[in-house]
Amino acid sequence: MKSSKIRRPSSFLAEILTIILFVLFLFPFFLVLINSAKTSFEVTQYPLAWPKKWETIVDNIIKIWTSESVCYPSSLLSSAIITAVSLILINVFSAMAGWALVRTKTKVSSFIFFIFVASMVIPFQIVMFPLLSWFRTVTVATGIRLLRTYQGIILSYVGFGAPLSIFMFHGFIKSIPLELEEAATIDGCHRHQIFFRIIFPILKPIQATVLVLNGIWIWNDYLLPLLVLGKGNDVMTVPLAVSNFAGAFVKQWDLILTAILMAMIPVIVFFLFAQKYIVKGMVAGAIK
Amino acid sequence: MTKKMESALVFWVFLLPVLVAFIMVMVIPFILGSYYAFTNWTSSARVDSVLRFVGFENFINSLKDPSFLYSFGITFLYTILNMIVINIVAFVLALLVTGDLKFKNVYRVGFFLPNLIGGIILGYIWQFIFNNALPSLGSIISAFDFLSDPANLMLSKPNTAIAAMIIVGTWQYAGYIMMIYVAAIENIPQELIEASRMDGATPWIRLKSITIPLCAQAFTVTMFLTLVNSFKQFDVNVSLTSGGPSTMLMGQPIFGTELLALNIYNTAFISNKLSEAQARAFIFFLILAIISIIQVNVNKKKEIEL
Repeated sequence: MKSSKIRRPSSFLAEILTIILFVLFLFPFFLVLINSAKTSFEVTQYPLAWPKKWETIVDNIIKIWTSESVCYPSSLLSSAIITAVSLILINVFSAMAGWALVRTKTKVSSFIFFIFVASMVIPFQIVMFPLLSWFRTVTVATGIRLLRTYQGIILSYVGFGAPLSIFMFHGFIKSIPLELEEAATIDGCHRHQIFFRIIFPILKPIQATVLVLNGIWIWNDYLLPLLVLGKGNDVMTVPLAVSNFAGAFVKQWDLILTAILMAMIPVIVFFLFAQKYIVKGMVAGAIK
Repeated sequence: MTKKMESALVFWVFLLPVLVAFIMVMVIPFILGSYYAFTNWTSSARVDSVLRFVGFENFINSLKDPSFLYSFGITFLYTILNMIVINIVAFVLALLVTGDLKFKNVYRVGFFLPNLIGGIILGYIWQFIFNNALPSLGSIISAFDFLSDPANLMLSKPNTAIAAMIIVGTWQYAGYIMMIYVAAIENIPQELIEASRMDGATPWIRLKSITIPLCAQAFTVTMFLTLVNSFKQFDVNVSLTSGGPSTMLMGQPIFGTELLALNIYNTAFISNKLSEAQARAFIFFLILAIISIIQVNVNKKKEIEL
């Protein structure tokens, strides 16, 4: 008790050091903000100066909002659709699969689980080129378009996100007592009803972790959308849009930084609301 | 319908959605990709076109290519340095934000924030800092005069450009790794710390004989996490340096900061050697598989010791 009232000089020094590091860590974001409120000339001449006219930020935001190469409104919408739909599917399907794998004790079941776990080692690099040619082949054979479409990229995210998510659900479901399900069976519940009415609601904490881990990955992902959606497509994610813009308008830092600012705002706002879950989820995900 | 049949049916129906997606995007491309590494596969080819088996030709050609060898070396260097720097910074941050501070949570959130933004965006921010903000700092403060000399731009020379990538990598990951350390430090029983205070242990001794040993489990987690993440780095590499600046190796001009993931990508899309890119990806996969096997064994050993 005493130590929290009377502060030792060492903790005062620690506070100062932390504040310096804190400012240093956030300074890049601050630079993005002040330089979004400058003209192209001001940015290159005085990147560290306080903006002369904050109104410039509005002009820059309007320029990015209406820019043909960023397509900010539609990129934001596409990113939101891809992330939301992929998350819902990963969450429900992986929970179902995790439960089926825990509650069915056969050789096939353990083999499938082993394959899922082993596949977590596989880097995206070894599957990315064949994935593209395989998607093209599927389209030729069935007429279902997978490249440059929502269904293709969402299918990819479900497939790539499933192993880790199943692994996490599997670990959690193992700890749920079987008696709970047996009681429901006696009451006349079918197997699938047991899952959706009893098990799925119990999984809430682990669902939060699965949603956070996959959500941050999918929202920020660059390489998979670059390959599956491609450049110059109607369906474009925010990271893809920013990199397109930065590539096309080299050195137009006033606009590039405004685009970056606008790409960061949704994430930061979301984080401030769901901060507790995000930090918990990411730490839990790492330790598992 | 018997009970047994019903459970078998439910098993497969519940697995079906993920299995379809998983087989479509992981299993089939992985099998195809491992096979293509040993063929003359080209970008125009589809799965059904005729492929010629060429044995280890793609692997041999890759190992003869200076750009791949360089990329290999630079990736190892980057990975090791990045791992060390991130973990030191993260551990120091964790010690600070678990200490007796006024706004602990504010600091934690601040350090964690870069991790939420995609690597591609972080890279562009730092490209601006290294190319514009730092030189400008040099012209404002005369002590940092050397910064404004164009020859001293960090991204203009391979060595300093790698250092720049480590700075960005640390900024990106340290907050995340810090959170894992924070969880470990907060799990240390309070009695232990009180007891050591009673015995008159200095903060340094407390750190050495209580905090660090009791965070051993967390150290293994974070070491492997940063190892694998650094080894796979792609986004920051693309947006910060795009592999540049160029340098020379074995009489050939090559990219000075091209990490393996980017080298694989460029082999396919710039050099148009798809089967060779596939062979490189196969080597990339083998290294990651070996790291994972080591990790599993280390964790098993740790569990036995506990």
